[in-house]
Amino acid sequence: MKFGILVNEGPFTHQASDSAYRFAVAALARGHEVWRVFFYSDGVNNANKLSEPQTDDRNLVSLWSELGKEHDIDLVVCIAAALRRGIKDEIVQDGFRISGLGQLVEAGIQADRLVVFGD
Amino acid sequence: MEEWEEAGPEVVKRFMYVNRRAPYGTIYALECLEVVLVAAAFDQDVSVVFLDDGVCQLKKNQDTTGIGMKNYSKTYGALDDYDVEKIYVEKESLDARGLTADDLVIPVEVVAAEELREIMTQQDVVISS
Repeated sequence: MKFGILVNEGPFTHQASDSAYRFAVAALARGHEVWRVFFYSDGVNNANKLSEPQTDDRNLVSLWSELGKEHDIDLVVCIAAALRRGIKDEIVQDGFRISGLGQLVEAGIQADRLVVFGD
Repeated sequence: MEEWEEAGPEVVKRFMYVNRRAPYGTIYALECLEVVLVAAAFDQDVSVVFLDDGVCQLKKNQDTTGIGMKNYSKTYGALDDYDVEKIYVEKESLDARGLTADDLVIPVEVVAAEELREIMTQQDVVISS
């Protein structure tokens, strides 16, 4: 199955991004495709490469980036949500790209299922 | 955008956006409205639902001067300009808050929870916030 994923929360206050990441890993392991992950609302913080979690904590910014590269997943950060939170091209982690909300609608159209992770 | 255009607008799915939160206090309601206004441009079958505290997003006469937030309630009027005509408000949520359709900034279809559940099951994509 071809999945789209929407992540609406950042990597720390809520578990949503962790759950989305684990869902993506599990889906890929079962042979499914994760076509695009769209980061909206505070979810745009998952792309902030300046984020420095403590060394014994998981680093979702790196994990998403690595997963995206390994499986050729389109990791899209919403520009409107990103700009109001100070997430700009110069601080976006490799593997993510900034684009518009139309990419979310497109994920809904193209994917067999769009799975939403939020609070 | 270009990729989507290649896929063609012949793919029409039923998108439902579900608003369950109060208009202020968190950003969810405002950012959901922003999604809906963009989504409306994609020639999909769009519906918007307001339930639980989400019904308060549509309350008339909002005054945000005391909290320093932008009062964006008038923006819901743009849904009609964007041809978003399926706007559902859950009856039980209105009743619980002492509201009726007359208290809302735009015309809506008031539906009972049971009926709303039926409409939800007919959707291809449900995005809630």
